[in-house]
Amino acid sequence: MPYPTDRKYTKEHEWIQVSGNTATIGITDYAQESLGDIVFVETPKVGGELTAGKTFGTVESVKAVSDLFAPASGTVTEVNTDLATSPEKVNKDAHGSWMVKMTLKNPGELDALLSAADYEKFVAEEAGH
Amino acid sequence: MKHPTPKATRHVNQNEGLIFEKSSPGKAAWKLPPLDVPEVDTAKLLGEAERKDLGHMPEVSEIEIIRHFTRLSTWNYAIDLGMYPLGSCTMKYNPRVNEAVARVEGIANGHPYQPEKISQGALRIIKTLSECLIEITGMDAITLQPAAGAHGEMTGLLMVRAYHESKGNARKKILIPDSAHGTNPATAAMVGYAVENLKSDSRGMVDIASLQAQMNEDVAALMLTNPNTLGVFEQDIHKIADILHAKGGLLYMDGANMNALVGKVRPGDFGVDVMHLNLHKTFSTPHGGGGPGSGPVAIKKALEPFLPKPVVVTKPDGTLGFEYNRPHSVGRVRAFYGNFGMFVRALAYIQANGPDGLRQTTEDAVLNANYIRKGLEGTYDLPYSTPTMHEVVFSDKVQAKKGVRTMDIAKRLIDYGFHPYTTAFPLIVPGALMIEPTESESKEEMDLFIDAMKSIAQEVEEDAQTVLDAPHSTRVSRLDETAAARKPVLRWKLA
Repeated sequence: MPYPTDRKYTKEHEWIQVSGNTATIGITDYAQESLGDIVFVETPKVGGELTAGKTFGTVESVKAVSDLFAPASGTVTEVNTDLATSPEKVNKDAHGSWMVKMTLKNPGELDALLSAADYEKFVAEEAGH
Repeated sequence: MKHPTPKATRHVNQNEGLIFEKSSPGKAAWKLPPLDVPEVDTAKLLGEAERKDLGHMPEVSEIEIIRHFTRLSTWNYAIDLGMYPLGSCTMKYNPRVNEAVARVEGIANGHPYQPEKISQGALRIIKTLSECLIEITGMDAITLQPAAGAHGEMTGLLMVRAYHESKGNARKKILIPDSAHGTNPATAAMVGYAVENLKSDSRGMVDIASLQAQMNEDVAALMLTNPNTLGVFEQDIHKIADILHAKGGLLYMDGANMNALVGKVRPGDFGVDVMHLNLHKTFSTPHGGGGPGSGPVAIKKALEPFLPKPVVVTKPDGTLGFEYNRPHSVGRVRAFYGNFGMFVRALAYIQANGPDGLRQTTEDAVLNANYIRKGLEGTYDLPYSTPTMHEVVFSDKVQAKKGVRTMDIAKRLIDYGFHPYTTAFPLIVPGALMIEPTESESKEEMDLFIDAMKSIAQEVEEDAQTVLDAPHSTRVSRLDETAAARKPVLRWKLA
């Protein structure tokens, strides 16, 4: 699965796409694949504050509950309410199913994140193939 | 289809509907004698709270009730039918002598509202069990109140919090290794602490350098399971305790895996400050089917003022009683004194075994896990080669190449007459198969299990679809767990 080059990635398997001062966040295809069938996505409230590296929600699959880690700090402006009733969309199209939109507090934080190529390499190592 | 093993075969058992569906109006399993006391006017007594519509209660005869539940019970799998290798759960045999003792009239019919002076036997059971568990754990004091493991964790962390508060600062964080039980982070969050993850090293143990880097005066405690969920003993446990204590932190031990330590090593001797036990795991009280469980919390002296109240004490006249005057207590955590019936069973188990028997139990549990490890090594991938204690964790790495995952192998194991092992846990092993035989299993039963697991591995190579579609011999075929989670039907409604 090719990882879109229009965004950055975390080692915790989130992606973040920036447009101006607004960032859109979701989880990667590798994350959905590892989790298996997703049955519930818990997102923060609009107006909530995200801190880079800290949890901001959870994804629950038939196998496990996993924390979502914020790729960057900011204030939540919108959440994808669609996922509350259709969490399977993340399995079908992880890179198209965003979870949270937010206003970035410190765009400089993104410099520390992985490019698509680096993330692909990281995942290949983690998966051991 | 042909059955794959001599252990299991087809057997007629009866279909059974819901008891509500058997109902016909007017049928009853009882007949009350005529009323010989003044009738109470319930409407007057209860006012608006009186409920006139009692909903749909099943109306059935006694034999229908008996057959209903007996038929359902024949669909079940239990430790009394065969090996139950559900890793991390210690599904050991529940000795019948425990049940005999729990049914002794004075014990079974005791009531928590009985005055202390006619409850001396029950109090003596609480006190003796407490003393046994303190000796086994090497701790200083204990509460038997918590109803199960996670409840014990919460009680333990409430005491940790009270301890730090008494020193003027409750602190902010709990450190939890990535191999921990899922209940640990949930407990820390419930008690108001932030959770910080601690990485494991290549041996599957706490990474000492990470611990050193992450430990500071914001950390209230480390929650550690030892042996951890890989079945690996934390060899640096003394160092871990020292690093925590140097910064004023406490070491919490999740006692879920105590079946690997009893009679051999005492957590109190390796620096643990607070820990819970699971009587329904280590001490052979019934597990599953609602138990109920029991999760005593043992502590070091410094935490004693914070114990839940009441505590059992010896009074000046030599009799036993409850002490309620505990100003620093975290309070009562359970109605009455905890799940007393489980105290009786656990004490029966401890006293029937004695110190040497308990030690032997631990040795057998570790021996059995290593026997299975040896039997299946080479057939299934072993991600951590560190010596195994009471349970062994394999991965589905080899079988995954054929598209067969741990859950598929577990489902196929049902066809072979075994309860599945624990799947996909611990999380640090992708595709984990977590197997805990306990000391209860004979070599013969374990050989059947090893044969079954090897046979499944062979099926994966030759005919993976059989494994992917399993189970084949059960009443219902594989359930759609995703649909059940996404669109659950939570109650039955009258048509």
